[in-house]
Amino acid sequence: MLIETKGLRKTFRARKGNVEAVRGVDLSVKEGEIFGFLGPNGAGKTTTLRMLSTLLEPTGGSARVAGADLLKEPAQVRRQIGYVGQSGGTWGEVTAREELVMQGRLYEMGKTAARERAVEVIEAFELSEFADRKVKTYSGGQRRRLDVALGTVHQPSLLFLDEPTTGLDPQARAHMWDEIKKLRERGTAVFITTHYLDEADALCDRLAIIDHGEIVTEGTPIELKRQIAGDIVLVGVNGAAAKAVALLEPAEYVREVQTDEPDPTGVTLLRLYVENGSAAVPEILRALDRAEVTISSMELHRPSLDDVFLRQTGRSLRESD
Amino acid sequence: MKLIRDTWLVYARQLGLVIRQPTWVFIMLIQPLYYLILFGPLLNGLEGMPGFEAGAMETFVPGLVIMMAMFGTLFSGFGLIAEIREGVIERFRVTPISRLALLLGRSLRDVTTLVFQALILVLLSSPIGGLTIYWDGLALMMLIVIGIGLALSAASYGVAIVLKSEDALAPLLNTVTQPVLLLSGIMLPMALAPDWLQTVAKFNPFAYAVDAARALFNGDLASNAIWQAAVFIGALMLLLVFWSARKFSRAAA
Repeated sequence: MLIETKGLRKTFRARKGNVEAVRGVDLSVKEGEIFGFLGPNGAGKTTTLRMLSTLLEPTGGSARVAGADLLKEPAQVRRQIGYVGQSGGTWGEVTAREELVMQGRLYEMGKTAARERAVEVIEAFELSEFADRKVKTYSGGQRRRLDVALGTVHQPSLLFLDEPTTGLDPQARAHMWDEIKKLRERGTAVFITTHYLDEADALCDRLAIIDHGEIVTEGTPIELKRQIAGDIVLVGVNGAAAKAVALLEPAEYVREVQTDEPDPTGVTLLRLYVENGSAAVPEILRALDRAEVTISSMELHRPSLDDVFLRQTGRSLRESD
Repeated sequence: MKLIRDTWLVYARQLGLVIRQPTWVFIMLIQPLYYLILFGPLLNGLEGMPGFEAGAMETFVPGLVIMMAMFGTLFSGFGLIAEIREGVIERFRVTPISRLALLLGRSLRDVTTLVFQALILVLLSSPIGGLTIYWDGLALMMLIVIGIGLALSAASYGVAIVLKSEDALAPLLNTVTQPVLLLSGIMLPMALAPDWLQTVAKFNPFAYAVDAARALFNGDLASNAIWQAAVFIGALMLLLVFWSARKFSRAAA
């Protein structure tokens, strides 16, 4: 295991009493896998990431990261991990090459070794076109590629990426996915946080969802989606949402009903988790029609990670931004 | 030793950035030059008066150098806030680099530019204000300048980490520095002050620095102000560097 935490917790002392940001997290990340860490804002995602990367001291619990004890040997952990923060950490007035050499030097390489390694990394991440220009002249995608490249200079066994694709255009995002997959091919485990569930689905070998400071679910994307057995029917009803719920909740073909807030036009979206979507749709239609509930829309879909997320946290990841 | 190597790494990077854009080094010289050219001549008539026994310029310029040491480094924190925002500090903090080196490398860069600026100011004071330079004293005075520079640049970085905002840093620095400046006897020697003001100034370590700078600059090596300044500024420096280094290692920045 590259990461193994037991009851990891962090309590912040604030003026209005203590804030339990992380309340006992148990995580395990294996060698060479891409591990996705998801959660709404304020759920404890960033705090956990900062603890695992030695930026923040845990209040309790224990963790081994990359073979060293996080609490007792943080310096040893630092040598073994790479970390790419949301804001990257490059300085506009220097060039990519200078940043890469500096990074090598920070990881205790000699001058020549750091220079040689910079050349390798420039090649591996295809930075040569702009490597000797000042960072402030880069596009968002170029800058992000340099950020990730910096995290790999010392060939860590584990790389933390905090929202590496946020703010990138689709093409740059696709490019970044390729880079991350390449890292896995070279045997680097990647611990990634993201706001894009399609990204987590496409990229991650395993994921965990954190909410209110606790892990609510963990597994491969397929396992997680399988938790939501059956299909989801989305029904928009005009007014009378409570009536519709009362009607549908006891029905034997409906497993669970979730209700969204009504939108400005008065339409409430009901989310029905059903055994068999195509069989349930006519039943639902008939039941609502008989009760004279006005249906404004109806949609049937297969569960996605968004549904898993919504089911586990009661929130959609996008709306919590 | 790792600390020295790491400090050098940070220092070299930071100094390289200054050398690439040296404009600021000279802009920071403009304010003391204003004082030298537009205020200095007012003092010429006071030559020989209490506090000006050693000559008007010979009294004023050492004070001006101390003022430069105080203001030149106290605003370094602004640059750090920009670095925090860009994630540079965070990036460095996840590497094995010594946390103390992150501070010392920066502070020593500030002190380097400060010594350079102070030398230019003193050299210009000779043709502009007719200052007589006593070189041995000047060299010793630079030690005080270095001590103040280290102390205040460290303080500025520490406060910057705590506040994380330029808007909060500027008024705080101004509120603290104005009384310290006025109570240090830089503009006019404290010898001219009423008793109560002199008593208050006794609690200002920078007042000793100004007295010591004047004594050294005029070759009065027996002055008590010299050891007093060494003790007070030295202690202040250690205290502030220690405090700020802790901020660097704990910063959630």
